[in-house]
Amino acid sequence: MINEKTGAEIVLKSLAEQGVEVVFGYPGGAVLPIYDTLFKQNSIKHVLVRQEGGAIHAAEGYARSTGKTGVVLVTSGPGATNVVTGLTDAMMDSVPIVCITGQVPQHLIGSDAFQECDTTGITRPCTKHNYLVKDVNKLSSVFHEAFTIAQNGRPGPVLIDIPKDVQFASGTYEEKNKIIIPSHRLFEPSPDFEKNKIEEAVELISKAKKPIFYIGGGCINSGPKASKLVREFVDMVGSPVTMTLMGLGVVGSSDKNSLGMLGMHGMYEANMAMHECDIMINIGARFDDRVTGRLDAFSPNSKKIHIDIDESNINKTINVDVPIIGDVKQVVEKMITVWKKKKFQIDEKALKLWWDKINKWKEVDCLNYNNEGKQIKPQYAVQRLYELTKNTKTFITTEVGQHQMWAAQFYKFEEPNRWLTSGGLGTMGYGFPAAIGAQVGHPNALVVDIAGDASILMNIQEMSTAVQYRLPVKIFILNNEYMGMVRQWQELLHGGRYSESYTDSLPDFVKLAESYKAVGLRAKTTDELDDVITQMIETKNTVIADIWVTKEENCFPMIQSGSAHNEMMLSKDQKQDKKSAEKGKILV
Amino acid sequence: MNKSVYASPDQVSETKRHILTVLVDNEPGVLARVIGMFSGRGYNIDSLNVAEVSNDENISRITIVTHGTSEVVSQIEKQLLRIVPVHSVTNLDQEGSSVEAEVALVYIYISETNKKKVYQLCDLYRARKIENENNTTIFEIAGSSERVNRFIKEINEITKVEIVRSGPVAISSIQKNEEE
Repeated sequence: MINEKTGAEIVLKSLAEQGVEVVFGYPGGAVLPIYDTLFKQNSIKHVLVRQEGGAIHAAEGYARSTGKTGVVLVTSGPGATNVVTGLTDAMMDSVPIVCITGQVPQHLIGSDAFQECDTTGITRPCTKHNYLVKDVNKLSSVFHEAFTIAQNGRPGPVLIDIPKDVQFASGTYEEKNKIIIPSHRLFEPSPDFEKNKIEEAVELISKAKKPIFYIGGGCINSGPKASKLVREFVDMVGSPVTMTLMGLGVVGSSDKNSLGMLGMHGMYEANMAMHECDIMINIGARFDDRVTGRLDAFSPNSKKIHIDIDESNINKTINVDVPIIGDVKQVVEKMITVWKKKKFQIDEKALKLWWDKINKWKEVDCLNYNNEGKQIKPQYAVQRLYELTKNTKTFITTEVGQHQMWAAQFYKFEEPNRWLTSGGLGTMGYGFPAAIGAQVGHPNALVVDIAGDASILMNIQEMSTAVQYRLPVKIFILNNEYMGMVRQWQELLHGGRYSESYTDSLPDFVKLAESYKAVGLRAKTTDELDDVITQMIETKNTVIADIWVTKEENCFPMIQSGSAHNEMMLSKDQKQDKKSAEKGKILV
Repeated sequence: MNKSVYASPDQVSETKRHILTVLVDNEPGVLARVIGMFSGRGYNIDSLNVAEVSNDENISRITIVTHGTSEVVSQIEKQLLRIVPVHSVTNLDQEGSSVEAEVALVYIYISETNKKKVYQLCDLYRARKIENENNTTIFEIAGSSERVNRFIKEINEITKVEIVRSGPVAISSIQKNEEE
């Protein structure tokens, strides 16, 4: 038949119809037909990574910085198993991803064939949904459903496993608008439930004497309009607002209502305000253990409103008083309407007392650090990076560890989608490929991966990718020769026994950059720092900036595991009581 | 059990048995998704039963017996609903009243001395003898799990037996209008 296409052609046509512009991938035996079709077309760009793990983090970075769905194409067996970490990462942080994996031909499935693995079995718990497509005629409908599921409700990764014979087989293509997805397979909020609860929630907020907004990544996933609405609503109430690691940028850091980040390494004032508030308005956050600390002492005297698109987050760890299931921008828009219609006004006098109290907590100056001497403090390095990049459109990615927390504390985000970090899974090696993805999505923006010396080595092979595609990504390494966060925990909880947390035999990062035909820079003292940062920004090439920082700096303030929001450690000298330290030691 | 410091302070309700019926699209891997959710999140499955729904062959019904506090079971229901091919989850205990039944097949080691007692007991429980080509004494008993438990306990006191059980299936007994 004339209208028949091969499976591989159907894959490409489906991607094109879904508006996909770029695919991050790595070829192999079981996806060769798709790569062959890719070769014959020009509409979809392929970015060749150097390890499949890099492809999926790049797709995550692309997705989170652009709001589009990231697409990954890898082969069977090791290709598929290498993306498992990234799929789990995307699952935890709700990133829309469609991952295509090749599979051995159907007659070999189950025979332990070369590069065979049970891809759908392995990835079932770390995807929102996955498919093994056995019939070429179902391929297009699977693709269209996969893209819808990846983006719908709480976004997440979807995997499509395609046996090689299906890629070669001929079948018919069905267009996106011809596909009907049964409603039970998608998220649908119930409008009645919302309406009553929204009025109840807004009335509760109007009666607050000590309100606080607790903002999470759901606000970013809901799109830029959600951030605008959240800002508007917070402003109307005049309430303080704090953000999770995933929510940074929803409300600008310089906003008068912003208390910055909360949680384990969050701001003292934010955590104290969470502890003492009377009304908590959680928008798109999930009471993660990094945020709550000890649950039985979590904000003990507050009524809690929780807006979340995923019902399973309601009462999962913290019981709430008013749950609202829905998309942030829709719910907050309705809340604003109710607030205006009912002419609600918050008790100004009480609110002023609340702000007075918060301002006292601010005086603690919890991010204060000793910045004496010629050696560069990691905090200072991030502060200078911020000062020298704040007037440029900048995307910041991070790896995981101390540098990530310093970046969150000292880099000030004014916009959503500019901050890409692995929050839920805490994946070292995320930041550099994510920066590559963000740069692909924003070719003219400045993209900086704030990294640690240990994390960057986990996906350093992607230097080759960055250079091949002329992606001027900047890697800003806070080099202390330690796995800093591991070392910090060992210092605080394991008697200073630094078991395997010192990185011996680090490469010379300048020479490493040069060997990839990128640019390597180094700052050893505070005098050199600004010049290195400026040079890094001005270089139109991939750069590694190796910033030598003080080796045993700790990341404070800190709520140790098992402690409550009002038990923050502000410095090393402030010893936690022994009993709760012992209890906390078993936690992560 | 030591209470974790991350445990919710309000979890005070008692652990109870719950029967959940889950309607799912009949597609490959769907059972693995359901079971994997239970094992991955540390929930219990006491028994599990899968069969096609008779009037629609594209939908299967999974009946799961689990136990947990009401908080845990409510979390199980919500996690099940996140699974893409799941249509609905019904907690029959929260529906109010329901009827449940399971089937047990019992191979009974019979001798002249215990024969009379065995047949009397089977009669009492309305266990039915199943004819088979080897002419061994295999009985079938159906009813609530509790009833089957009682039967097994009593027959065990008489003689040695081998038992296979289906695990319960259940249905809501609330009156419905025919049009629905």
